[in-house]
Formats: sequence, structure tokens, C-alpha cells
Amino acid sequence: MKVATTTPQRTPVIIDGVRTPFMRSHKAYDALSAYELGRLALQGLLAKTRLDPGAVEQLTMGTVIHDPTASNIARECLLGADLPAAIPAFTVSLACISSNVAATTLVDMINLGRIEVGIFSGVDTCSDPPIRVSGKMRRVLAHLGQMKGPKDMGKHWPLLSTVRPRDFKLDIPQVVEFSNGKSMGQGAEYLARQKSVSREQCDGYALRSHQLAAKAQAAGIFTDYIVPVFIPPHFRPLASDDGPRGDSTLEQLAKLRPAFDRYFGVCTAANSSFLTDGAGAVLLMSQERAQREGLSAKAIIRDYIYRAGEAHREMLSGPALTIPLLLHKNGLSIADIGVWEIHEAFAAQMVANLAYMKDDAFAQQRLGLERAPGEIPLEKINSWGGSLALGHPFGATGARLLYTAAERLQREQCRFAVVSGCAAGGHGSAILLENPDA
Amino acid sequence: MQDSPSALQQIKLHLPSIRLEVIDEIALVIFDQEGKKVNTLSTSLSPQFEEVIHYLKSSLTSKAVVIISGKADNFIAGADIGELLAASGSDEAQLFSQNGQKLFRQLAQLKQPVIAAIHGACLGGGLELALACDYRIASDSPKTSFALPEVLLGLLPGAGGCQRLPRKIGLTNALPMLLSGAPLNPRKALSLGLVDYLTFPENLRDFAISVAKRLLAEPTLFKRKKKRSLTSMMESLPWGRDFILKKARQQVLKKTRGLYPAPEAIIEVVAYGLKEGMDKGEGKESEEFARLSQSEHFRSLASLYFAQSDLKKNRFGQPEHPTEVLGVLGAGLMGAGIAGVSIQKNFRVRLKDLSLDSLGKGEKYVWEMLKPKIQRKSLSKFSAEQMFARLQAQITYENFQQCGLVIEAVFEDLELKKRMLAELEAVCPADFVFASNTSAIPISAIAAGCKHPENVVGMHYFSPVPQMPLLEIIVTKQTSPRAAALAVDVGIRQGKTVIVVHDGPGFYTTRILVSFMDEAAEVCREGVSPLRLDALMQEFGYPVGPMTLIDEVGIDVSFHVAKELAEQLGPRVSSGDTRVLAELLARKSFGKKSGSGFYLYNHKKLSLGQKLGLQKKPKNKVLNPFAEELLKKFQSTPAHASSDDDIKKRLAYRMINEAVFCLQEGILDRPLDGDVGAVFGLGFPPFLGGPFRYIDTIGARKFVDELQRLVEIRGEIFKPCALLDEYARSGKKFYESNSSE
Repeated sequence: MKVATTTPQRTPVIIDGVRTPFMRSHKAYDALSAYELGRLALQGLLAKTRLDPGAVEQLTMGTVIHDPTASNIARECLLGADLPAAIPAFTVSLACISSNVAATTLVDMINLGRIEVGIFSGVDTCSDPPIRVSGKMRRVLAHLGQMKGPKDMGKHWPLLSTVRPRDFKLDIPQVVEFSNGKSMGQGAEYLARQKSVSREQCDGYALRSHQLAAKAQAAGIFTDYIVPVFIPPHFRPLASDDGPRGDSTLEQLAKLRPAFDRYFGVCTAANSSFLTDGAGAVLLMSQERAQREGLSAKAIIRDYIYRAGEAHREMLSGPALTIPLLLHKNGLSIADIGVWEIHEAFAAQMVANLAYMKDDAFAQQRLGLERAPGEIPLEKINSWGGSLALGHPFGATGARLLYTAAERLQREQCRFAVVSGCAAGGHGSAILLENPDA
Repeated sequence: MQDSPSALQQIKLHLPSIRLEVIDEIALVIFDQEGKKVNTLSTSLSPQFEEVIHYLKSSLTSKAVVIISGKADNFIAGADIGELLAASGSDEAQLFSQNGQKLFRQLAQLKQPVIAAIHGACLGGGLELALACDYRIASDSPKTSFALPEVLLGLLPGAGGCQRLPRKIGLTNALPMLLSGAPLNPRKALSLGLVDYLTFPENLRDFAISVAKRLLAEPTLFKRKKKRSLTSMMESLPWGRDFILKKARQQVLKKTRGLYPAPEAIIEVVAYGLKEGMDKGEGKESEEFARLSQSEHFRSLASLYFAQSDLKKNRFGQPEHPTEVLGVLGAGLMGAGIAGVSIQKNFRVRLKDLSLDSLGKGEKYVWEMLKPKIQRKSLSKFSAEQMFARLQAQITYENFQQCGLVIEAVFEDLELKKRMLAELEAVCPADFVFASNTSAIPISAIAAGCKHPENVVGMHYFSPVPQMPLLEIIVTKQTSPRAAALAVDVGIRQGKTVIVVHDGPGFYTTRILVSFMDEAAEVCREGVSPLRLDALMQEFGYPVGPMTLIDEVGIDVSFHVAKELAEQLGPRVSSGDTRVLAELLARKSFGKKSGSGFYLYNHKKLSLGQKLGLQKKPKNKVLNPFAEELLKKFQSTPAHASSDDDIKKRLAYRMINEAVFCLQEGILDRPLDGDVGAVFGLGFPPFLGGPFRYIDTIGARKFVDELQRLVEIRGEIFKPCALLDEYARSGKKFYESNSSE
């Protein structure tokens, strides 16, 4: 083991975290914007901790689907939650690991002694997508806006006259890679075929995620963590996620048609993560400051790593690209890690990534390691359910995973936890947490 | 994870080129020719294949069959052409065809479902084999392609391909594939129904086995709804088919001018097979295959094919430090063309010119090269942009130190080129290679006085660079093998067919072209219309006539080169009579680029009626009346032989004779380079195989006699070179065996 430690002044620790209920898109949060969800999470976090809001020195927020009217959504959420205007806030974006970046940015700031207290957060909603008019129409409308009167017509006519019916088509954001137009689903099918992942394996994994989530929900594990929200106009209260379906059976799952490849696809609507709305926020502090404030630390963030592979082939291989390197760098083996929180984009992606953990050839060729880390015990992975069941509001998932890992470290009394995820563009992230009490 | 399929794996047959394994009741037939990088179908394969078929026929344990390649990026690249060339005659050739037909028939008649799992090139016989399978799945890799290229060798697909392809994808889709030999990418193959499903290149074997299992459970999995379209309806009716075939015959004739027998034979075989059924169709297919294989066409085209594959190897060996970054000086048509070709082959290019404006034109030219590929969807816009990012346009020599090779494509001016070299030598490390893209200035003259003449070569590209396959690399006596190896390596990686010649006025291609053009000019001055001359040479087999070619090359360029070579090589190459060209230049007629040369090009402004198709568009070329006048003004007397045949021979034979001079003088190292250079750089009729192959075909004796006859008509410039005389006396041939393997 060669985990590097830092002085308490420069050791970032997770104190507390909250999230809104994660809801399937176009359902409960249909009328809410991302700004509103983010605001509710921040308000909830400050309500939960007894820290003076004025102590916060930096807010970061991850998001994927950007609302052009609130392009620095971090700042708008901060002001909307009535936090002190003196706290600077900025937004970061790295697809599904956006709030991982929000977190590790603060980790660096604390490591370097720039700040002592910060909040990282994440938000996304698919219920309110920024649907745009076509690129041509945008230009046309911009020109029309510039027109001062009919005498200007001559100046703008060359563009206006080129408008065709197809230009009225709307530009609706889709879950595809900008660079190659491949959808995430195609990426998952690719991974599945690489590792000969079967439909049965995918359905089995998805069922596990739903059952564990439903179990955790029933046991009240999330009640501490979820801030109830009241949804206008009737202010109906909402306090739990609507994703988990603990009563599904394998037979039901097996009946569904493949979603991306009707011939040999293994991904279905039930074994893929669904579009979700939600937000989460976590309070991070230096260990020394936490002691001074009398707050107990749930986890230390020790180290992290980002890597990117090939945009198409390794679209969803993030965990396989990062976890082995993080372990190697810290001299840890799989046996040292008690808690695994890995983002579940697709069941196929999970099964394939776990297979890559055992693939020596992959470790040698892609990572330059002598051998692969080996098999991760399934019972230590996402034992309170994962994104397949709880949902995946892109920018908020990292915050959920980090806080869940910290909570599990405490409850399960383990020393180390690893949080990992994959993101569009072939990115991967892995973060090492340590239990301060173990 | 699933159990590894190898648990139940049994190797049943292990033959030199085919293995047969049975996994979970699925028979896996793996083509893996021993000692070869790619699989080809050869006679030694037939008994092995037969053994496999025999096993599968009697096997009770194999419920389905998967055919796959054991090679890295290659399925089956076609039949062994060398064997066919060595065949003793028509009967043996027919046997080749019949053998293939028989094997594939047996394959098609197997009771089990047979699935071809294709990754990499699936060409010729390989595709015919795949067509005999029940299903085809393929990888979506850019390395995967489907083609029946037999027509390019003057042959036809002789193992049932002419029968099965139209039945599989329809007559209208099959004919272009059969007649052009052009490859289909996987996506296109899927949309035509040639393949049933596309997957990823990796793990194809395991996936194919799972596909086989699934097909056993669900045989209708790949069944497609028949598309009801006008063409499919026409194809289903005899008169509709006749109509399509008639149109195809007309188009072929227009294209080949009756010079190439293979496309016509293909249409007849396809037509016969559709009318009389598969069995009779195959009968005719093998007959025609045998007939074509005995033709000189096939021998010539095959020798070019072998020469081209031979030239893919770097004769100077792999360079120790190949370069990834190229410098290009001059962003004109040539410079930008070279840059554009290079970035598409993964080179980074620093393109330098004097002003941002000229660089802008160069950038535009390069983007225009990529654009049609985006429109054809053979390249995504994003990938095109990534390629485009490898082009760095600049007005300084900044970071030219990175360039292992710098190609200058500035004006044809010796002093300017020398200055470029001197400037670069001041900037670049001592070992950088300087390549001049000149078409006629001797490389040793450019290198004279520079610091490192051993690092100077010529790289003569042809215009337009993206379309012209040839690159003529010129080495001087001083050029080091290292510099030559590096230049050839770059050329090969740019996708060019590279010949290496020695330095001299006009090198090889320009020199023989000038002699050809010189004769063309003389013929025209004797009163033959450029229109008639062009038509005659096209009849001979040139893709464009000489007068059109002069216009395309440019009157100015032709003028300079004709003068230059007249001074250096004398009247045998160039008479130096440039009066017509000079007067055209004085009138600013530079050829096609300026709108007029021997022909007019700006008459193409169409009237509204013509644009809408109401009036006929002008089809024929229009002679420039001023050029006509000039030709009369400088008319030469007496007029020499002017029968059609004599005119053709005067032009072609002067070129051929000069090519032999180049061999005799050591400009050329071997006839192969000469043949490839003439065909791919100058449009010498491919079915004649090149100047040297042509002499071999008609015999040196006869060729010399013809030249002697022309000497009497036209004078000493037709005197056969000494080497030819020697070959005529001894009966020696330029190519010793049938093929140049």
C-alpha cells in the first residue's frame, strides 16, 4: 500500500450530502427547470448542516444539458437558494461524470490550501430539454432581430430567401456522440459483443440493481439523504425516488424487445438507465476545519484519476480504463476495497467493464499494467442499487455516488471505497475514498 | 461471464489452408492459408475444400456452418491470378472456372445453414464463395469491402458470381458491381442486401457462432420484406430485364469503345443465365471465362496488376526513420493537391506560401477534395475536419524542422527552386530530404551547389494529384539510398503507385510524352483536324486525345517543356517547332485553365433552354478557330502518311521507341517501371500493358520493321533504338515469363 496522505489542513473530507428524489423524466418534475432542482438541493444541504453558510468559500456544479438562459447554472442555483452572494460559483461539464469533476476541483483547492470549505453539486433534467430551431433558422431569426425596418430588407434578403421547409425542423438534443453520431446504446451493444455479454446476464444484473434499490428504499436508508421537495403549483410533497421496481421478474424483463439492435441487441428499456431528473449536493471541507467546527467526517477523498479512450469504441469503458490505474498508483488490490460505487449506464456496460477488470491483455495493451486487477466481488458493488434502478440525472449522478460511498464506508465499517463512472467521449473517472475512522 | 465456448470445442480437420472445428454443434470453417498474409483461392485449396464439404455432408453433429478467415484483416482476397496465367490453354482455364462453380454449388447445397462471417477484403472468388452461403454477416470496419474486380483484369467472375450476384441483389444493382469492379463498403452492402447484418470487427468468431445458434432457432430472422419498386418489377419481367440489359450494353459500348471484351461478355453471361437458368448460365460463364483468360488483354492487365502490387514494396527498404510530417512549398493546384492527399493518409502537413490569400486558396482546394466524400457519406464531416486539422497553412518556415521531407511545388523556374532549397537548408536539420515536384527540370541542376545533394530527389506528381495514381520519383547519381527510401515510403503511404527513375531531361514520363505530343503537333500541322486526331488516339485506347491533353496540361507548360527538351535531347524527342504554341500564348490561350487552347471551353455557358433540358446541350468539343488558323498558317509540307492506321502508329510508336531509349540510357532500371509509368501517368492503353509489354506482344522484330517503314515516311526521328534492334535480332523479350511476379 502506498496511499499518499496529506496534513489535516489539506485533507478534503466529505461531511454531508443531500439529493432531491430522482424522478423519471416527464413525470413529477415535468414543470421544473434544472435551476429549480439545483436550488432545492442546495437549500436542503444547508438546512441539514449546522454550518454557517457564510463559511462556504466555493460552489461547483456539474451539469450536462445546458439551459442557455442560465449558462452558469451554479451561480443561479446559489443565488436562488439564498446563499450569500459572496460565494463564487462555477459550472463544470464532463458528461456523466460532471459532478465528479465538480468534486475533484474542490479536492485540489483544499489540497493546495486555497480554500477550506466548499460545496460540490450536480443537476440535470431531461424534462426541460433546450430544443432549438435549426441552425439556419437561428441565423435567420438573428438577422430578423437586427432589421430596423423594411428598408433593411435588401441587406438581409440574401439569407432570408434561402429558407427552405426543412429549416423549420427542430434541433432536439439526443444522447449521441457529437464526433461520430453513435448513440450510447450502440456503444453498449459494442461493449457487450466485445465481451460476449448475453441478454440473460444483462437482465440479471438489472434485476439485481432494482431489487437492491427497492430493499434500501424500504429500509429507509435514503431518508436521511433525500430532501423532500414540494412541487408547485399544489406543493405536493415528494420524498422518494420513483425508479426502483423491486417487483419485476426475470420473465418480465426477458419479454422486452432490444432497444438498439432488433436482431442481436442485449440492451432493453429495462436493463438500461432511464432519463431522469434530479440534483445533489455535498459539503466538502478540510479535515482540520471540520474538527474545529465540530463536524464529523464521513470520508476522506484520497486520490482520483481521469482518462479518456477512443470516443466510439471506449465510450462506456470508463471504469475499465481508470480503476486499475487508480489501484496500481495507490498500491491497492481489489481485496483492499470494501465499497464500490460504479455508475450503471447500461447493465451490458457493467457486465463488460467487470469482465475487463479480469482481462490481462486489456490491462497490458491499454493501460500498460502487468496484469488486470481481477474480479470485483459483486456483493460489494452498488449494494444500495445503482443508476439502473435509481435513475441517472447525468450531472447529479457523481454526487450521488460519492455521498453513497461515504455513507457505506461508515455503515459497513470498511477502510477504502472506489467511485467510478464512464462518460461520453470515452472518458472515465475513478476516485479513492478512505474512512477516517477505520 | 459465459462459459468459454472452447470448452466444447473439437478440432475435426486440420488441413494446410483450412481448419474445421466444431463448437456446440456449430461447424467453424476457418480459412487460413499457410505461409501467406492473405487468403487466396488456389488449386491446392480445392481438394481441401472438398474434404471439408464431404465432412459437413456426412456430419450429424454440425447443425450449422460458419465460414470465417483466420487472417487479421482479410477474408478472401480472390483467386490466384498467377495460376491462371500459367494455365496451358483454354481447356485448363475452363477447368479452373468449373472447379470453382462445382465447389460453391456443393457449398450452396449443404443442408445446414451456412453463414459467412466477413471481416476485411472479400474480393472476387472470396465474394463468390460468400454468395454461395445462406447468410452473410460482416464487420462494419473500413477494412471490409466487397468487390468483383475480375473485369479490371479483363476477366469475368467465373465461379458462379455472374449468376448468384444478380439473383441476390437484383440485376440493376449487380451490373455496376460486375462491370466496374468497384468495391462496396459494408453499409452499402447491407443496404443492397448483399449482407444480412453488420457487426463490429472484434470478437467476430464468437458472435458468428451465436448468430448460427440463433438462426437454427429462428430461420426467418434475416428475412426481409421485398421492396416493391419499379426496378424490382421490371427485373421480374423478361422484357424489363431485356430493357435493362440493352441499356447496359449501350453504356458499356460508349465507355469501352469496343476495346474491352470483358464487360460485354459479362452482360451476355448474366443475360443468358437469367434466361436459361443457373446451370446453363454457369456453363456459358466458364466458356467465356476461358475465352477471356486466353486473351492478350488479360495478360497485359494482369502484368500491370502484378507490377502495381510489386511497386507497393519499397525497393530501397523501409526507411529507418519514416516521417510523419511533410512540408509543402506552394499552395497552388499541385501543392494543395499533394497536401490534401497526404492529410488523408495520416500525414501532418505544413503548407507554406508567400501570402495568406494564396494559402486560403490552397485550403479551399483541400476542403473541396474532402467535401464530395462527405456528400457521398464515405467520410463523416467530423473525420474530414480531423483530417483538415492536420493541414497547417503558414507563411513562414516556422517548425519546418519537424518535416522529414519537404516537397516544393513552386513555379517551374530553376533559380526559384534553388532558392527554396537554400532557404530550407538554412532552417531544417541536415538530414531533411528535399523533393522537387518538377515535371522537367533536371534534379541534379536543382541540387547543384547545395549543401547536401545526397538529400535531393524529384517527386513528380501528376495533375490532378488526387485522381492520378502515379508518382514518378527521380534519383540523381548523388541521391543517397536513405533519401530515396524516405521519398518512396512517403509516396507509397500517400497511396500512389511509385516508380523510380534516374535523372535526365524530362525524366521518363515527360520525355516520352513530349515525343508523342511532338508527333501530334506535326500531324495537325499536316492538316489533320485535332478533332480527328483525338478521336483516332481514343480508338487506339488512350482515354483522352493528345490535343485535349495539351489543353489540359496547359499550352504554357507544353511550350516550355517542348523547347527545353528540343535543346537537350534534339529532334527525336522534340522538333522545337513551337510556333503554334507561341502564338496561342501571345493570345493568352493557356489551354483549359484560361478557357481556350486548341479547343474552346467557355462556350459551355448554357442557355436557359439548355439548362432546363428543353434544348440539346452542345455535345462535341468546339475547335478554337484561331488555333485552326494557326495550324493552317504554319502548315508543314509535304504531308506524310495520313491513313488512320499510320497516324495512330506515328504517335504511339514514337512514344514507345522513346521509352526503349530511356531503358537503354539507364533512365529506367527495368521495363516494369516504364510500363506502369506510361499507363498510370500518361494514359497509355492499359489493355496493351505498356510500351514494353506491347513490343513483347507484337514482337520486337515486327515493331522494328514498322519503325523502319515510318523512317521512310517521316525520317530519322523514327529510327529504332539500338536496344530494340538487338531484341529484334535475338528475339529476346522484355518480360521473360508470362507474369512479372
